[in-house]
Amino acid sequence: MLYYIVEMFSYPFMVRALLVGALVALCAAVLGVTLVLKRYSMIGDGLSHVGFGALAIASAMNAAPLAVAIPVVVAAAFFLLRLRETSHVKGDSAIALISTGALAVGVTVVSMTTGMNTDVYNYLFGSILSMSGSDVWITVTVSVVVLALFVIFYHRIFAVTFDESFTRATGIPTGMYNSLIALLTALVIVIGMRMMGSLLISSLIVFPAMTSMRLCRTFRSVMISAAAVSVVCLLLGLVISYLYATPTGASIVLCNMAAFFLYTLIAKIKGLE
Amino acid sequence: MSLLKCENLSFAYDGVTVVKDLNFNVEEGNYLCIIGENGAGKSTLVKGLLRLKKPSAGKVEMGADLKAVEIGYLPQQTQIQKDFPASVREVVLSGCLNRMGLRPFYSRAEKERARENMEALEILELQHQCYRDLSGGQQQRVLLARALCAAQKLILLDEPVSGLDPVATRTLYAQIALLNKKRRITVIMVSHDIDASLRDASHILHLGQEGQLFFGTVEEYRRSAVYHAFLGEKAVPMWRHAFPNKSGQAAPREAAEPTVTESSVKVSARRGRSGKHKKTT
Repeated sequence: MLYYIVEMFSYPFMVRALLVGALVALCAAVLGVTLVLKRYSMIGDGLSHVGFGALAIASAMNAAPLAVAIPVVVAAAFFLLRLRETSHVKGDSAIALISTGALAVGVTVVSMTTGMNTDVYNYLFGSILSMSGSDVWITVTVSVVVLALFVIFYHRIFAVTFDESFTRATGIPTGMYNSLIALLTALVIVIGMRMMGSLLISSLIVFPAMTSMRLCRTFRSVMISAAAVSVVCLLLGLVISYLYATPTGASIVLCNMAAFFLYTLIAKIKGLE
Repeated sequence: MSLLKCENLSFAYDGVTVVKDLNFNVEEGNYLCIIGENGAGKSTLVKGLLRLKKPSAGKVEMGADLKAVEIGYLPQQTQIQKDFPASVREVVLSGCLNRMGLRPFYSRAEKERARENMEALEILELQHQCYRDLSGGQQQRVLLARALCAAQKLILLDEPVSGLDPVATRTLYAQIALLNKKRRITVIMVSHDIDASLRDASHILHLGQEGQLFFGTVEEYRRSAVYHAFLGEKAVPMWRHAFPNKSGQAAPREAAEPTVTESSVKVSARRGRSGKHKKTT
């Protein structure tokens, strides 16, 4: 067993996947807490489908996938957030409209150009092999920026999440921080999508937060626990994926599910429910 | 110089005026209760005072030594907060954010300030507990402590006792009155509870569907026609049962939501009988 794990990390692509994955998992987990609490979980899901559309178009145009996907998804994130504020269309239906719309565009573009090949399959379900050298650098840079911004604005993000109207009344520009959250979410979705796949990336956002909230009672402990759960599950998922040749993204999600049930069980035993 | 002065203040949503021509002022140390029917625009007025909504006409003037951001606000509870994992301390500290400028983390002074306010509201021993595990009354005290962290002079409370049991309601009222008396904190409270308002407040602002019905001290209010019309309504149900059709839509709505009925009755009472009252008083 140990031999296999040592062997696993002798492959450069595995080391790369681990490094990138851990950073993405960390970003997704801390942002996820905010998104889940703000009832924005579905925005993550919608954005990942937009990301798929953008990636499909990028590959049809032979452009760098992340360079195209990041601005498109960021724009979609702002749009969705604005829609929630001035809602003539209900927020959740708007997300459904946009995500299925983007998926349809993506699938159409793909079938008109390359056809349903492995690439497309990877976009949908993720692959650790899909990370190119430049992708790795973009991902590392973006996730470090996301983490830094999150730490700097941690207390403000807490305030905006807990009670927006109070925070706005005390003169904090909540609109700006909501936009910041949208921006960070969009970035995390795009960089996580290559590995997790656009259908599974939102699990990375939702699971660690939901898991931690079973047990933890303060915002800070939820954050720390979510980060830890996320990274541990990613690691386990990668190992399982390597050992049993299962799809990476799906393996990570399965680990997250296991963690969720474990936390729920502990909460039941401790009588917190 | 008044702490807060409103002149011909009106608010509109999409061009439809919901509150119009409000004229009142708040002096330092006052305790103003805003009462009135549902839909009279109390919450809109609160938003206006907080500068969350722009007036469609008139203006809100802040006294020289009061900045708009120095109003501590106790909002109605949101759905999100009911299952939010946050400790009492985290919530109270978040009230200090507006004095941090660009600094990303809390300083010792802000932590001390949060501690003092928790102590004043007797929630210091709860500080490491989870907000969602507290009782309704304790939660409101936490939010009040947070409001005090944000502002030293003026606090604005939007129906703070809704959903509280009678004991918690009394405690909260007592604490608000104490803050007003001991620390000279100016209080503006939106309330449904007329008895408590008359007991604790120094001033009353009564809003009706047509705008401002009354503004003045509690003593003046007790003598006013508006108050007597309001008292008269408490005897109204008999009358309404006798002539159900005269009260318009009020009767069918009664079962669903008593507060709505009460206010609807108030409208019909005022329209139908306020003339009589004016003659008698």
